[in-house]
Amino acid sequence: MVMFKAAFVREWRLLARQKADWLNPLMFFVIVLTLFPLGIGAKPNLLAEIAPGIIWIAALLSVLLGAERLFKEDFRQGTLEQLVAADEPLFAYVLAKITSSWCSTALPLLFISPLIALLLGLNAAAWQAIVLSLLLGTPLLNLLAALGAALTLSADKGGILLALLILPLYIPLLIFASAAVDNATLGLDYSAQLAVLAAMLCLAAALVPLAVLKALRLNVG
Amino acid sequence: MFKWLDPYAKPETLYRICGLWFPWLMTLAVLTLLLGTVWGLGFTPADYQQGDSYRIIHIHVPAAIWSMGAYSSMAIAAFIALVWQIKVAQWAVGAIAPIGAVYTLIALLTGMAWGKPMWGTWWVWDARLTSELILLFLYLGVIALSGAFADRQMGAKASALLAVVGVVNLPIIHFSVEWWNTLHQGATITKFAKPSIDPSMLWPLLLSILGFALLLAALTCLRLRTAILLNEQHRPWVRALAQQSDQKGNVPQTNAGRTV
Amino acid sequence: MAVFLVTTSLLSAFALSCVRQDRVLFDAVDVTLAAGELLHISGKNGAGKSSLLRILAGLAMPDEGEVLWCGEPLSHRQPHSDFAQSLCFIGHLSGVQPQLTALENLEFWQAAFQLKQADPYAVLATLGLAGLEDIPCQMLSAGQQRRVSLARLWLTQAKLWILDEPFTALDQSAIKLLQQQFKQHLEQGGAIILTTHQAMEQQFPQSRTLELVYRW
Repeated sequence: MVMFKAAFVREWRLLARQKADWLNPLMFFVIVLTLFPLGIGAKPNLLAEIAPGIIWIAALLSVLLGAERLFKEDFRQGTLEQLVAADEPLFAYVLAKITSSWCSTALPLLFISPLIALLLGLNAAAWQAIVLSLLLGTPLLNLLAALGAALTLSADKGGILLALLILPLYIPLLIFASAAVDNATLGLDYSAQLAVLAAMLCLAAALVPLAVLKALRLNVG
Repeated sequence: MFKWLDPYAKPETLYRICGLWFPWLMTLAVLTLLLGTVWGLGFTPADYQQGDSYRIIHIHVPAAIWSMGAYSSMAIAAFIALVWQIKVAQWAVGAIAPIGAVYTLIALLTGMAWGKPMWGTWWVWDARLTSELILLFLYLGVIALSGAFADRQMGAKASALLAVVGVVNLPIIHFSVEWWNTLHQGATITKFAKPSIDPSMLWPLLLSILGFALLLAALTCLRLRTAILLNEQHRPWVRALAQQSDQKGNVPQTNAGRTV
Repeated sequence: MAVFLVTTSLLSAFALSCVRQDRVLFDAVDVTLAAGELLHISGKNGAGKSSLLRILAGLAMPDEGEVLWCGEPLSHRQPHSDFAQSLCFIGHLSGVQPQLTALENLEFWQAAFQLKQADPYAVLATLGLAGLEDIPCQMLSAGQQRRVSLARLWLTQAKLWILDEPFTALDQSAIKLLQQQFKQHLEQGGAIILTTHQAMEQQFPQSRTLELVYRW
């Protein structure tokens, strides 16, 4: 717990000093969302229909964008190998990394979601569904992104490879999260989709940190 | 409990076993496949609904079944490699992955070719086809990751880990795609609407399935042998093998190691 | 037989071999290290010194052979927390995060590596970093950054130190300071494994040298 707090504080200090790390993915998210209406036309009906899908695709791309830097700096500076050698603090370190990356990349998306709902012409019920699905879905995004970052840590072409590995794993999340928002725009009940998202989140939260741990040990070794 | 398996984890032993098995597996695979396809394509009656186009089933179904089978066996090898730190198991992951990817590709292409006369288009976002496509992505991820490291061993280990992660995800992906499919599509034509398949069509199909399995095993043996030689090239036993084959002036024979 | 030999030493390794990029770095290397001993691993660039250190620290697996800590093999990556807690590893990468200040780096290590809760200002002052505690480390010189990373040695309670080129970029006074710290650690029953191009034998009578031969 001491270690978790120390690593978490350290992450926040780094984020405070490198604002681009969390501001850039956020700007990317907004820009991608503005591209869609420009590309396919701004008819309100059409926009509302495709909004759930494009919001979620933009969200997972922007999380992926921020993922590569997650362990890179600590790997380059040698912090990671010292942590692996010490073994014990590594798990708390991984948890702190994932938590702080969620706070820095996904939480801002929640804050600007009302704006996004306005831009895409969604009603209040749909916005609520977006917030709930983001709340349950984005931790899963960050967990899997951390796994990708850890797996490709010492690979030659990290960035694009990370996206190739992790995007197929996002498919279930994309399906259920956009279905939840979809149902909300139609005025239907979407608690079932949220329950599935919550179940997937629980499973991932239990297993992914262990896999990240293994991947980090492997890349350092 | 599995102590009796230990000797087989030794690269040298496994190299020889694979060498012994390969000719038998390959011969059997070729025979079964020939018999299965000739029987299936030439001598079974045509389907009353689908006509002759259904005959692609003899390639499509076995390839689809064993694309999944190859992934599971790859994941089992990966699990063994990660838990018991057995090197030959992690090489086996790299040996199976491309074969599985090709099987998946065959299943996809034959599925598309079958879809054209049945559905009128080459591609339909059918649950099975979509799952198969995602399976191909997972295979490509494993292959790409194993080649992405300067250190070959690290690549093998990382791709083993990814294979295990993938196999946990595979059922989730499969069911979510199926659910998504029922949500977005009307009822697609189900290929096996008929409750049973006529025995005259079943037997050649079973033969083909067996043939694809044997081919998978044979090719895995062959690729694993190459991987073992590549990774162990500095070990004395490989050098001795290379010298022997130099003197004979040909490639290493299956029993070359035993004559020492 | 081997077991009796092992129990007297802290860390020992038998028949280690390491293959990197299809090149055999070393083959059949034996290492034994008792409490109060310093092992100096020497050899040309590319002889595999760092790889050997990483294997001894449990970071990498040897291709053959095994490493024993107090007679217990480390080879299976089970949680060998006893070993990890008795180890202070500083590789040729310093582990200093350049965007953070010396103080913030030290604070993180205190939590991560269970260092003594001593006053960090005092430690940094000992190392000649007084007045530089609150400057991001990227503003410091290479030698000063190295001093920050070595500050761990003044706070650690670990028995075994594994250090890769600890003297790089340090000036004469810092080298002297570090050697004093080494002496003190050895006298208290600790053990050190290091690689360096400095001559170690005169200052440390209890030191031994392991020469790795460069080979193709």
